[in-house]
Amino acid sequence: MERGVHDRGGWATQAPIDRSEHELADWELLTDALVGVLGHAGLMNVDELRRGIESMPPEEYERASYYERWLFSIETVLTEKGVLAAGELDARLGK
Amino acid sequence: MRYRRGQRVRVAARRHEGHHRTPGYVKGKIGSVERVHASFTNPETRAYGADGLPKQPLYLVGFAQRDVWPDYRGGSGDRVYVDLFEHWLEDAE
Amino acid sequence: MSRHDHDHPHAPITNGDEPAAAMRVRILEELLVEKGAIRREDVRRGIDWLVSRSPADGARLVARAWLDPEFKERLLADARSAALELGLDAGPSPVVVAVENTEAVHHLVVCTLCSCYPRALLGPPPDWYKSITYRSRAVSEPRGVLSEFGLELEDDVELRVLDSTADIRYLVVPRRPAGSETMSEEELATLVTRDSMIGVADPTAPAGIV
Repeated sequence: MERGVHDRGGWATQAPIDRSEHELADWELLTDALVGVLGHAGLMNVDELRRGIESMPPEEYERASYYERWLFSIETVLTEKGVLAAGELDARLGK
Repeated sequence: MRYRRGQRVRVAARRHEGHHRTPGYVKGKIGSVERVHASFTNPETRAYGADGLPKQPLYLVGFAQRDVWPDYRGGSGDRVYVDLFEHWLEDAE
Repeated sequence: MSRHDHDHPHAPITNGDEPAAAMRVRILEELLVEKGAIRREDVRRGIDWLVSRSPADGARLVARAWLDPEFKERLLADARSAALELGLDAGPSPVVVAVENTEAVHHLVVCTLCSCYPRALLGPPPDWYKSITYRSRAVSEPRGVLSEFGLELEDDVELRVLDSTADIRYLVVPRRPAGSETMSEEELATLVTRDSMIGVADPTAPAGIV
């Protein structure tokens, strides 16, 4: 049976586990805290966060870092809800 | 709560489009209820902006690893436990 | 790179080593604040909470459980209430469940679908816990995973892997190490590592014990 890209239990891999760790960067803490604040504001819940992450194209999901996935999801969900206009963030970034 | 601790249950093998928290590796497998948790909002609807109500009963279901993985290498008593919502479970007694 | 405390708008400072996401999320925060959707001080408070979290809280629960069998039973029955007894915050997740390692049973925690983890009591999860490889192999090949972490279990020890797929967060109470009998609660807490509360390692052996 087909699985979502996120549904990884037992997904065949021989790869060793990379045990290196990094302290969370400021932008990662910001991304994490944003989700919490959006949750309290009733704008986005944790199930929507997960659903948004799961909607990433598989190659992007695998290539992205953990908090890049969160950011993708926040943008997806907030744009869906009209909190962000489509392309608004890109425009602000000058793209 | 429909199931009780120790009861044999089967995880539904159904395909679900969209967000759900039943991992593929246990779909269709038979295990037993290890814990009866409380009820929680339904992630399948809450993930799309609904309120997730009514809350759904949640269970910790345990499986023998050798029942889940054909090539499982490990102790014969090894088990894997997954938190599953009631609507994904069927009686298997 | 420093965090700012002032409020006037400016071009966010970026570090050349950062990914594009760093600038993107800062601009996103600005936009959301401008729209009145969120307040910057709430974001700050959220960040403060995150950085305040560490495995020391989980370690205190375990150390107390090692010394006080009745506390241990309360911890296993209701970890959130037990944490409150020690003045600890079990976090926004509704339920934390503590599971006990014994001579016969060893627990290993994973979230195969994402990264669910008892953050309030352990701090943020390590990168490897969130990795695709750990999430894949911890359920199907847990003894191989433990070997990689340097932990070998006897064949007759029952290895129980817990996949945190819903609202429950699992915390492992590891076994108290031999040679720790005369240690104080504070000293015992120093033996309880984050990794032992996930299940990929034993607690540290007391100094002088091999």
